[in-house]
Amino acid sequence: MFNKAEEILEVCKLENKSISDIIIEKEIEHLGLTRQQLIEKMRESLEVMKHSATEALEKEVKSVSGLTGGNSKKIEDYKKKGKTLSGDLINSAMAKAFSTSEVNASMGKIVAAPTAGASGILPSAFLSAKEKLNLSDDDLIKGLFTAGGVGEIIAKNATISGAEGGCQAECGSAAAMAAAAIVEMAGGSVEDSFNAASFALTNIMGLVCDPIAGLVEYPCALRNASGVVNALISADMALAKVESLVPFDEVVEAMYKVGKALPESLRETALGGLAATPTGKRCSKKILG
Amino acid sequence: MKDYSVFDILGPIMIGPSSSHTAGAARLARISKEIAGDGFYKVAFMLHGSFAKTYKGHGTDKALVGGILGMDPDDENIKTSLEKAEEKNIDISFEEVDLGYVHPNTVKLIFKYRDKEDFYIIGSSIGGGNIVIVNINGNDVNFTADKPTLFLKYKDRKGVISEVGSIFSTNDFNIASMKVTREKRIATMICELDSTIDDKSIESIKNLKDILYIKSINPIVR
Repeated sequence: MFNKAEEILEVCKLENKSISDIIIEKEIEHLGLTRQQLIEKMRESLEVMKHSATEALEKEVKSVSGLTGGNSKKIEDYKKKGKTLSGDLINSAMAKAFSTSEVNASMGKIVAAPTAGASGILPSAFLSAKEKLNLSDDDLIKGLFTAGGVGEIIAKNATISGAEGGCQAECGSAAAMAAAAIVEMAGGSVEDSFNAASFALTNIMGLVCDPIAGLVEYPCALRNASGVVNALISADMALAKVESLVPFDEVVEAMYKVGKALPESLRETALGGLAATPTGKRCSKKILG
Repeated sequence: MKDYSVFDILGPIMIGPSSSHTAGAARLARISKEIAGDGFYKVAFMLHGSFAKTYKGHGTDKALVGGILGMDPDDENIKTSLEKAEEKNIDISFEEVDLGYVHPNTVKLIFKYRDKEDFYIIGSSIGGGNIVIVNINGNDVNFTADKPTLFLKYKDRKGVISEVGSIFSTNDFNIASMKVTREKRIATMICELDSTIDDKSIESIKNLKDILYIKSINPIVR
């Protein structure tokens, strides 16, 4: 067992291992499964992720409340025209993040990663990395253990709940998990992975959770799209050997304290931010009565 | 500090949109149905707090109905569970109520049978798809159904706890927790075990003197 990034860094250095190696070993012991069983269990999650990240690209998926939907397809169609500002990879990643978020809001199947609200970020980040870096499913599965390990550190030392820490705790954590994993899959060092995770959390520190009508829809899907972009650029910065001045464990602690300092109205209660705007209130009244 | 598995972080695999309002609701109803037993013609859902205010937008209604039809939190049929209930001639109703000082995501499920008395369960969805059952037919309880759980009612007398304990120990089960409460000389026992309860143990406990009701529930694992 480990509690901090510092401990993982030390073991990785001593035993010349990757983050995923350490997490896989820990899980084999923790769950009492064989390595193969563990890999197959994670493969199930990967399959659900693949499906949710692509389902809404080609067909319009509407939310149960009727408030949102169809944006994944819009971005995918726009990308196909070849005139985007930020390029194919970024637009494709945004469309995939929207896809999972829209599938989630339509009562489709997703993997909470680490929550349902932030479930669009990891699948999109992993599929984008797969395409760009030519990775196999087995590479992605290893990467998911890295992502899970980084998520564990955040859950243990801070929070992954929007009600406790705002959106930074959900979409920020998901982006940090994805960024660390992408770096490992791209061949970066363990230090690079934690730098990437630090950047992802640092970039959105303080982000509030203000869902309209209290539903996991708006602005959640937007923040999943910007979350995956955050993950990708954080990974790039780390691979470029940019270093986080503040170590990951301290960034996590800072995120937690910022979350605690947020007023309750900005922590998933739908009493502040976009939810409290005249439009937000009007939508809420229409849906919930 | 809690020890996590990566699958607590990357998971559960679930039907959206909310782990507490949808996945937890489905799990709660599914467990409640196991405890109450099949054969009901109607289920009334009394929704409290956030469940009452937002159930339509979060699909809590569909998740609850899916659960009482036996669907797990990752079953894609949850989306059309209301229609499925109609096909099966199971009457469903929703009511917004105040259940007092309970968790904001709480529901009381009343199962109605033609051949026996109503059976009701109160439970809360406490986040991340996790649940806690807090009341069964008026008996205050507290269990999370993430371990195999034995639910037992019997006429209060000396020795039952030790008899149950000895059956479990003979059959190589480890008891994780046991809670016994008593009302009007009827005792209720909730016993959580480390491994899945087998039929042999259930049969032996059922044959003990003064047992009125026995039910074992095994947890829903993904």
